Amino acid sequence: MIAFRELHKAFGPKQVLRGLSVAVQDGETLVIVGGSGSGKSVALKHVVGLLEPDAGEVEVDGQVVSRLRRTELTELRSHIGYVFQFAALFDSMTIFDNLAFGLRRRPMGEAEIRTRVAEALRLVDLPGAEQRMPAELSGGMRKRVGLARAIALRPKYLLYDEPTTGLDPVTAAVIDELMVRTREALGVTSIVITHDMRSAYTVGDRIAMLYEGRIRQEGTVAEIQQTTDPVVRQFIEGRPSPRGPEAAAPPSSDEEVAVKESQR
Amino acid sequence: MLAAVGRGSVGFVEEFGRLGHFLADTIRAVADLRTWGRQLFPMMRRVGVDSLPIALFISAFTGIVLALLASYIFTAAVPIYFVGALVGKTTMMELGPVLTGLALAGRVGANIAAELGTMRVTEQVDALETLAYDPHAYLVLPRVIAGTLMFPIVVAFAMAMGIFMGWLAATTLLPITTAEFLRGLRLFYVPFDIQFGLIKAASFGFVITLIGCHLGLETRGGAEGVGSATTRTVVYSAEMILVLDAFWALTLLRPA
Repeated sequence: MIAFRELHKAFGPKQVLRGLSVAVQDGETLVIVGGSGSGKSVALKHVVGLLEPDAGEVEVDGQVVSRLRRTELTELRSHIGYVFQFAALFDSMTIFDNLAFGLRRRPMGEAEIRTRVAEALRLVDLPGAEQRMPAELSGGMRKRVGLARAIALRPKYLLYDEPTTGLDPVTAAVIDELMVRTREALGVTSIVITHDMRSAYTVGDRIAMLYEGRIRQEGTVAEIQQTTDPVVRQFIEGRPSPRGPEAAAPPSSDEEVAVKESQR
Repeated sequence: MLAAVGRGSVGFVEEFGRLGHFLADTIRAVADLRTWGRQLFPMMRRVGVDSLPIALFISAFTGIVLALLASYIFTAAVPIYFVGALVGKTTMMELGPVLTGLALAGRVGANIAAELGTMRVTEQVDALETLAYDPHAYLVLPRVIAGTLMFPIVVAFAMAMGIFMGWLAATTLLPITTAEFLRGLRLFYVPFDIQFGLIKAASFGFVITLIGCHLGLETRGGAEGVGSATTRTVVYSAEMILVLDAFWALTLLRPA
């Protein structure tokens, strides 16, 4: 189980998370939705210890991530697959080496690594892509390789950061289908960060909306679809705020960039 | 005015503190030999062997200029074979390491900062961490060790090239024979001259690669951030080379 408890995080004067609390049960897929710059990716990075909370905690399998020693954190990370927004493939390596990279930290022979890499590429419909370089791939293919790199590790948890952002609707649907297929094949517990509601309805068991740094509402897909909360309704229907763009949940793109930059 | 000086001082101290913290993390990563050991030899080739052409180019022209400069300075009062002494001493102790260091601050330091900066802004460094790799072991240590070990080797070649080209210029352009040049070269030579130059080169290699890694991994933003990290690496490295140059002179050359 992954649990966020009263998580607070600020970058300089910008308070991004203001008491985020939500839990993901084993085997389920939780989709966290929210406007751009609302702190979804920030929350996700706390799960693998890429960011430290200002207050509150994230607990994974009973371990508080921010209190783990380096070796314990490394051990925890070996059970978590992270699919980055822009895939974050190592551009100096072939696709095979990208997928084998994490496996080489484990006591595995080269033959077993080759088998595991081929299996993962088959699962994302890219068999035989081992010797290609990331620069030769389209955006959708890179995302699939990013997913393959995560599932090659056979993780217990999979974290997806905006898996369909920037893709055309057909490719986005392919990625959604891959996420569902991955869950069925591996039985993993997943957190998906997105602002694509079609994707959220397809892959999620439950949906939680992050608004002003905390969860505004969480529930099953049906519950969210029937919500009467005006903020959630406005977001899922993609309507602009009646009070103008400034009143809508998403901050300006400048603010989003500032938050993303300050995370590093 | 005072406030600006204060802010500048605080910023400098903060930057130095972060560099110290970064160095401590790098030292701690030494234990992860399995990770950095595999990266070391390819990095030694990139940092050292690939830097030889620029180092040899610079030292060749420095040697020629030194020989001509010496003949211009040493008029009738000073024997002409002193040209060899000046070329040898200055190439081994000062110009070989410092000019090579400054050139490599651009070539090696900027390269490291741009590469790691790009990895940072494209989340490749985060990906490394999630795949259970320590960026200090995988990215920083191989570069810093390669820089510290390979800079003295590159500088040794640069010294040899500088002296050779100084000899060539002296014997072809000036009224001096090979025997006279070698006599001057041996006149004040002590083995410490070379050691001094190589110690400086190792310290330059350490500092340039450390600054490049630190600023590269600290990069924020996109292309502009990478550009800024690269520029700052070259500027800080050049400044540190000059500071270290003075430090070693004060430490090792002061009469007892």
